[in-house]
Amino acid sequence: MTDIPSSHDATGLIKRPKRWHIGVFLLPAFIVYSAVMILPLIETLRLSLFNTVDGQSTFVGLGNFKVLFGDERWSEDFWNALKNNVIFFIIHMLVQNPIGVALAAMLSIQKLRFAAFYRTAIFLPTLLSFVIVGFIWKLILSPIWGVSPYLMDLVGLKSFFSPWLGKPNSALIAVSLISVWQYVGIPMMLIYAALLNIPEEVIEAAECDGVTGWSQFWKIKLPLILPAIGIISILTFVGNFNAFDLVYTVQGALAGPDGATDILGTLLYRTFFGFQLQLGDRSMGATIATVMFLIILAGVSLYLFVIQRRIRRYQF
Amino acid sequence: MTRNAIKGLLLATSILGTAGLAQAQDVTLTIESWRNDDLSIWQEKIIPAFEAKNPGIKVVFSPTAPTEYNAALNAKLDAGSAGDLITCRPFDASLELFNKGHLASLNDLPGMENFSDVAKSAWTTDDGATSFCVPMASVIHGFIYNKDAFDQLGIAVPATEAEFFAALDKIKADGNFIPLAMGTKDLWEAATMGYQNIGPTYWKGEEGRKALIKGEQKLTDEGWVEPYRVLAKWKDYLGDGFEAQTYPDSQNLFTLGRAAIYPAGSWEIGLFNTQAQFKMGAFPPPVKNAGDTCYISDHNDIGVGLNAKSANSEAAKKLLTFIASPEFADIYANSLPGFFSLNSTAVKMADPLAQEFVSWREKCQPSIRSTYQILSRGTPNLENETWTESANVINGTDTPEVAGEKLQKGLDSWYKPAK
Repeated sequence: MTDIPSSHDATGLIKRPKRWHIGVFLLPAFIVYSAVMILPLIETLRLSLFNTVDGQSTFVGLGNFKVLFGDERWSEDFWNALKNNVIFFIIHMLVQNPIGVALAAMLSIQKLRFAAFYRTAIFLPTLLSFVIVGFIWKLILSPIWGVSPYLMDLVGLKSFFSPWLGKPNSALIAVSLISVWQYVGIPMMLIYAALLNIPEEVIEAAECDGVTGWSQFWKIKLPLILPAIGIISILTFVGNFNAFDLVYTVQGALAGPDGATDILGTLLYRTFFGFQLQLGDRSMGATIATVMFLIILAGVSLYLFVIQRRIRRYQF
Repeated sequence: MTRNAIKGLLLATSILGTAGLAQAQDVTLTIESWRNDDLSIWQEKIIPAFEAKNPGIKVVFSPTAPTEYNAALNAKLDAGSAGDLITCRPFDASLELFNKGHLASLNDLPGMENFSDVAKSAWTTDDGATSFCVPMASVIHGFIYNKDAFDQLGIAVPATEAEFFAALDKIKADGNFIPLAMGTKDLWEAATMGYQNIGPTYWKGEEGRKALIKGEQKLTDEGWVEPYRVLAKWKDYLGDGFEAQTYPDSQNLFTLGRAAIYPAGSWEIGLFNTQAQFKMGAFPPPVKNAGDTCYISDHNDIGVGLNAKSANSEAAKKLLTFIASPEFADIYANSLPGFFSLNSTAVKMADPLAQEFVSWREKCQPSIRSTYQILSRGTPNLENETWTESANVINGTDTPEVAGEKLQKGLDSWYKPAK
C-alpha cells in the first residue's frame, strides 16, 4: 500500500502539483473587484430594464429606453447632454492631446534647462482635487473679484473679457479648457515616457541620413509614439464620457446656463439622485448609465478591434 | 496586580454604568434635524425652557448635515432607529414619509389650532384633511437695501414698480453703487430671489397659485409671464458680468457696500447683521399701482413631526404642543432672526430688520412659492425648470413669453389637474 505511490513517483510520471496558490492569491482582488465593480454594473444593467408601475418594481423590457429616446423632453435632454459631451471630448482631443505631445517633445530636448521643474509644474494640477481646480478657476474667471479681468486690463484687452462661465455660448468651452488645463499633464507624461524610450541608435541613424529638426520629429519620433497617442486618446474618451465632477463643481448640478454645460454625467446625477425638489428616478438613471456604458464600450471596442490593430509597432 | 486593577476597572464601570442607567429612568426624546446651525439655540434656550416645565422628560437635539439629512433619515426610519421627533422638510419629502406611515397624524394635537391653513399647507395631505407636522418657521422674501446709500442719493423707499425702477435708474446714473446685487450663475438666485420674490404681486398670491394647481390658470397667462417681463428689465441694473456672478458673490457685493439693493430672503438677516458695516432697511416687493394689495412670499420651511413608531409618543406630543406654543415661537424667532414663526400669535421681534420683514404679514397677503406644492412631483421638474428659465430671461436667452411657454409645456407633459 505504502510503496505503490513511491514507485509511482519513481517511474517519473511527474504529476504537476495543483497550483492552488494562484487562485488563493487572486481571490481577494477578484472578490473586491466583483463586489464593487462587476455586481453594481450588472445591477445597473438590470435596473434599466425595470420600472415602478403602481408602486411595484416591474420588468418593462426596453420600455425605459423607449422613453429616453422617444419622449420629447427626455430625448431633448439626452441629445443635448450627448452633444455637449461630444464637444467636450473634441476640445480635449484638439487641445489637450496636441499640447501634451508638444510639451513632451519640448521637454525631451536635451538642451532644455529646468526640465524637471517644468515637468513637475505642468503635472501638478492633475494631482489637485477637482474641487480645488473648479473653485480656483471660478475665482480666476470671476468678473467681480477675478484676476483675469485685471490682467487683461493691464495689457489693454479688457474689452475682450466676458463672464465666460455664465454665457451659454462660451460656458462649455470654458469648462472644457479648465479640464484641459488640469489634465494636460497626463498625455505629456505618457508621451514623454514614449519619447525617452526611442533608442539613441534610431535617432543617430536618422541624423546620419540627414533627417534632423522638425522632419526628424514628424518622420521618426511621431510614428514611434503613435501607440502612446492611441492609448491617450482612449483614456481621454473614457474619461470624458464619464466626466461629471468638474462640471458639477463649477456649474452646479443643473449645469447651467440653460443646460449649456450639461453632459451625460450631470444628467445621470440629476436623474438618479434627484435634485432639490426633483425626486430621484432610479430606473431612468440606470437607463442613462447603461447608455453611457454602451457608448464607452462601443468607443473602446472600436479602438481595440479596428484602430489598435492597424497601428504599426516597431520592435528594437 | 494587573488582574486586580482590571477587576477594579470593571467594577467601577459597572457601578458607573448602572448609575447612568438610574439617571436615565426619565424619558429621553431625540429630535432628528438638518439644522446644524440651531444646535446651540436648542441646547441653551429651547430645551431648558421645556425641561423646566416637564420634569422627567429629557430632550436631545441631534442634527445631521443638511445634504445628508433626507437620505439618512429615510434609512433610520426604515431601520426603526430614528428619533422620536422628526424635523420636516416642506411639502413632498415629508408627505412621502407620512404616506409611508413614518409620521403620525397630528390633527388632534393640542396647539395645532395656533396655525393658519396656509401655515399648515406644507405639511398637510393634498385633500387638506390631515396635518402631520407642527409648522415651525418660514422665510419671507423682499428687498434689503443699503440705507446709507439711499440717504446719500436722496432716494425714498420705493413702494410701486415705477418708483422701484426710478430708484434703480438714479442709483445707476450716480455710478457709485451697483443698483441690484444679483447674479444668474447659480440659477436659483434668479428664480427664488427674483421670480418667486416679485411674482406673487402679479399672480395675486394664493389665488393664482391655487388656480394654477387646479388648472384654471396657465404659466402662459399674463399673471405668470408679467413677472418675467419685469425680471427681464432687471438686467440693465445688475453688476458687470452678472452672468457669472454666484450667490456668495452677490452677498459679498451687498455686505461690502458695493451694491444698493439686494433681492433677499429673510434668512440673510443673521449673516448681513454681522457682516454689513452700514445701516440696512427692507421693503416688500413693489406693487404695480399705488394702493394695490401687496403680496409676499412667506414660505414654510421647517416643521416638526412625530415618528409614528416612537415609544415615547405621549412625551413627544407634550414637546410638540410646546413647539406649537407662542412661548416657543418667541424664543425661536428671536434667536434666529429671519426664520419667522408661523404661529398665529404675532411675535415681537427684537431685531429691527426682522421686525420690518415680519410686519409685512399684517398689510400684505402671504403666499408660498408657487412651484413647491404638488407641481414639482413629475419630470421635468417645474422648480428646476423655473431656475433655468428665470436665469434665461434675465440673461436674454429666452423672452418672457417663450419662458412661460416652455414651463407650461413641461408641466403639461405630466401634470393633469384634478377636475
